[in-house]
Amino acid sequence: MGIHKIQMPDVGEGITEAEIVEWNVKVGDIVKEDDVIAAVMTDKATVEIPSPVDGIVKDIFGEVGTMTAVGSVIIALEVEGEGNNIPDAPAPESEAEPVAEAEKAEEVTAPAAKPAPAKAQGVSAPKIGASAPKKKAGPSGAPRAEGEKPIASPAVRKRASDAGVKLQYVHGTGPAGRITHEDLDDYISGASAPAGGSSRRADTSIEEIKVIGLRRKIGERMQDAKSRIPHITYVEEVDVTELESLRNHMNANKRDDQVKLTILPFIMLAMTKALKAYPKCSAHYYDEDGVVHQFGAAHIGMAAQTPGGLMVPVVKHAEALDVWGIAAETRRLANAARDGSITREELTGSTITLSSLGRMGGIVSTPVINSPEVAIVGVNKVAIRPVWKDGGFVPRQIMNLSSSFDHRIIDGWDAAEFIQKIRELMENPATLFMED
Amino acid sequence: MTTMNCNTLVLGAGPGGYIAAIRAGQLGLDTIIVEGAKPGGTCLNVGCIPSKALIHAGDEFEKAVHFTGENNLGISVSKPAIDLKQTIAWKDGIVKRLNSGVAGLLKKNKVKSVEGWGTMVDGKTCEVETADGKVTIKAKNVILATGSVPVEIPSLPYGGNIISSTEALSLDAVPEKLVVIGGGYIGLELGTAYAKMGAKVTVVEAMSSILPQYDAELTKPVAASLKALGIEVLLNTKAKAATDKQDGLVVETAEGKEETLPASKILVTVGRRAKTEGWGLEGLDLTMNGRVVAINDKCETSMAGVYAIGDLTGEPMLAHRAMAQGEMVAEIIAGENRSFDKVSIPAVCFTDPEIVTAGLSPDEAEAAGFETQIGVFPFQANGRAMTMEAETGFVRVVARKDNHLVLGIQAVGKGVSELSAAFSLALEMGARLEDIAGTIHAHPTQSEGFQEAALKALGHALHI
Repeated sequence: MGIHKIQMPDVGEGITEAEIVEWNVKVGDIVKEDDVIAAVMTDKATVEIPSPVDGIVKDIFGEVGTMTAVGSVIIALEVEGEGNNIPDAPAPESEAEPVAEAEKAEEVTAPAAKPAPAKAQGVSAPKIGASAPKKKAGPSGAPRAEGEKPIASPAVRKRASDAGVKLQYVHGTGPAGRITHEDLDDYISGASAPAGGSSRRADTSIEEIKVIGLRRKIGERMQDAKSRIPHITYVEEVDVTELESLRNHMNANKRDDQVKLTILPFIMLAMTKALKAYPKCSAHYYDEDGVVHQFGAAHIGMAAQTPGGLMVPVVKHAEALDVWGIAAETRRLANAARDGSITREELTGSTITLSSLGRMGGIVSTPVINSPEVAIVGVNKVAIRPVWKDGGFVPRQIMNLSSSFDHRIIDGWDAAEFIQKIRELMENPATLFMED
Repeated sequence: MTTMNCNTLVLGAGPGGYIAAIRAGQLGLDTIIVEGAKPGGTCLNVGCIPSKALIHAGDEFEKAVHFTGENNLGISVSKPAIDLKQTIAWKDGIVKRLNSGVAGLLKKNKVKSVEGWGTMVDGKTCEVETADGKVTIKAKNVILATGSVPVEIPSLPYGGNIISSTEALSLDAVPEKLVVIGGGYIGLELGTAYAKMGAKVTVVEAMSSILPQYDAELTKPVAASLKALGIEVLLNTKAKAATDKQDGLVVETAEGKEETLPASKILVTVGRRAKTEGWGLEGLDLTMNGRVVAINDKCETSMAGVYAIGDLTGEPMLAHRAMAQGEMVAEIIAGENRSFDKVSIPAVCFTDPEIVTAGLSPDEAEAAGFETQIGVFPFQANGRAMTMEAETGFVRVVARKDNHLVLGIQAVGKGVSELSAAFSLALEMGARLEDIAGTIHAHPTQSEGFQEAALKALGHALHI
């Protein structure tokens, strides 16, 4: 019998640590070769770690949510034969060691340090939540459990019975859930309203939700982006009446192998054209190095909601695709993101992002820049609105674009010009299909 | 034959009945109360009030006796004597004053009193044998408040030297040897009073402890005090019969031996039972709950318009419960929406030291499924208790662990019966430990022990 230790694999280029987001095994489990033992999350993708051997789980290192350095032992299996004899300390060779040690130190402090952001966001008192996860029944007053006798002074009880109120249905706000005269007043005034307030109760429960995995990643990135980047948000309305009629026409006459067009590929097409005129919007700003990489390419990240949370698959070289090509690629990436088959490569490398909530797009949004990018275009919903045109109101299909820019790189004037260019292209859809 | 009509008929003018009648009168209901004896019932005539008078006499006499010997206070007196006839006359005077007081209150509230033995004919009709002949009373509503009577032991029928609590409250002289059958509160209260007046008292209890409704912590100081007073308590001992001359009680001891205890009086106090005969219960269609009349939380019986209150409806057989029920029923009849929603019915045992309980005991609280937090404060650490030579006993507070709601309060000690007000008020108001702990209790009083017990439960008692 020997011990086979499995290390955190190198899951991607330049990745030094990954977060364990799921353990598929526990100590004592029998593991077959190729069984998935854990899922770890890197920058953007979740990677499953298979076992290279048959064995029994002896030890597991690190809880869910722990950031673990690449090369650290994450699991020890008891196996037939000698095992692989990896020491617990990560890879002894070469200059990797100091880095790994530093990562390890972070790993130790991580569990204690992590609840802090949750506190700051008002999720409040994780300690209390942990000791009494469902219902906090502290001395400050617990809500009355089902069937428990209501607590009220004799005077309140008498008033309630005079008013024909059963105290069982009255919520008590006093100490230990005591029903006060004021509670009774509230109940009576509520009960006399036509809607009836009887089914409404103050819910004092607190559920502790660990911020891990993709949620944590999103949170960190959003906080980073918002704290580092001075956003300016610019909103403009676009008359898409003609674009919509063109889109309907194209959909009605499309070939069977062509995907149905939504408005998004047209916006992306407009963006590629506008970026040709205002290339500084397709860029990465490495503020610590003081360098901007301005891309000729338009790799458009497409913020998409997936069952696991927000993901941003990237339509690479949108400037090289026609509207059908963009639509097809968008469809393919969205499906891959939703079914989880999307690769790390497909989730990285965007140079500008398009954010859309579809029918829930609202009137205005304040999109957060996908750092280190410098611009993000937000799409609001299309609605028919009265527009003053040629001496009268006419119904037009209007869509707002709410876009944010990194003001360190892009001034308001430039931002406005970029968006105006997009608007012009979309309001005159023929120009979308003309050579520049 | 006279026939009277009324809205509300109250059968029995004990504490439950007369309160029901007074309240009904206050509410403008045309009310008649029927009583075969003096108003005030057991409580006023042969229970609470006269027994407390005798207990007081016993206490005073014992004090005087105490001063004949060495004592802390350096008081010396010559050997005291007691003329029990005078004591009883004084007690009767109090009872009489209260009798007329109740009668006056009934009158003041326009309640008609019919003196005579009443018998229910049906749920709306009562026939009363008065001095002036038979009276038939027809009523829309009937409140049955017939009370309870002492339980008799078949082998020891009352008569001669075998007496119930009623006779024990009107003796001519202090009995030389008093054997009390039953170690409940009635037997111990009277036994203690007579022991203090000089009787040699023996208590015969069939169970393994005295005051079985209280927990051992509460009864321990009482047992110690009984011993100090020279009262012999025979536990696990069964009363068999009186000797032929009624000068002794034959008992079966814990070891199974027969023994004869010499006795000048044998006081039987083995409990009380609802008075369910002699007033026409058999003619009514009332659902019974065992041997008592079944009621709901509005004191309604199985017959429409017929209410029952007090001891007739079972335990706890306490005057203040009957009074609360009587008041409530009168209001219900007057059209108010009431139900019996009391948090606690406090109980006091006037032994020496006294025991007072309100709400749940630690065991009851646990049985009810509560996780508890308990604070006990001994009077040993209470200044006022020291100055009264009353360091025996303690106050105990039982609270819910999760929200500190006070579930029960008990105390044992000299004079603690007066603390019952604070205890039951705390419970009715839904006090938490912090409420009691945060209330200034006057110094120096024994009531500080209540605050300290709450502080103790919170983990920061100040004087211990």
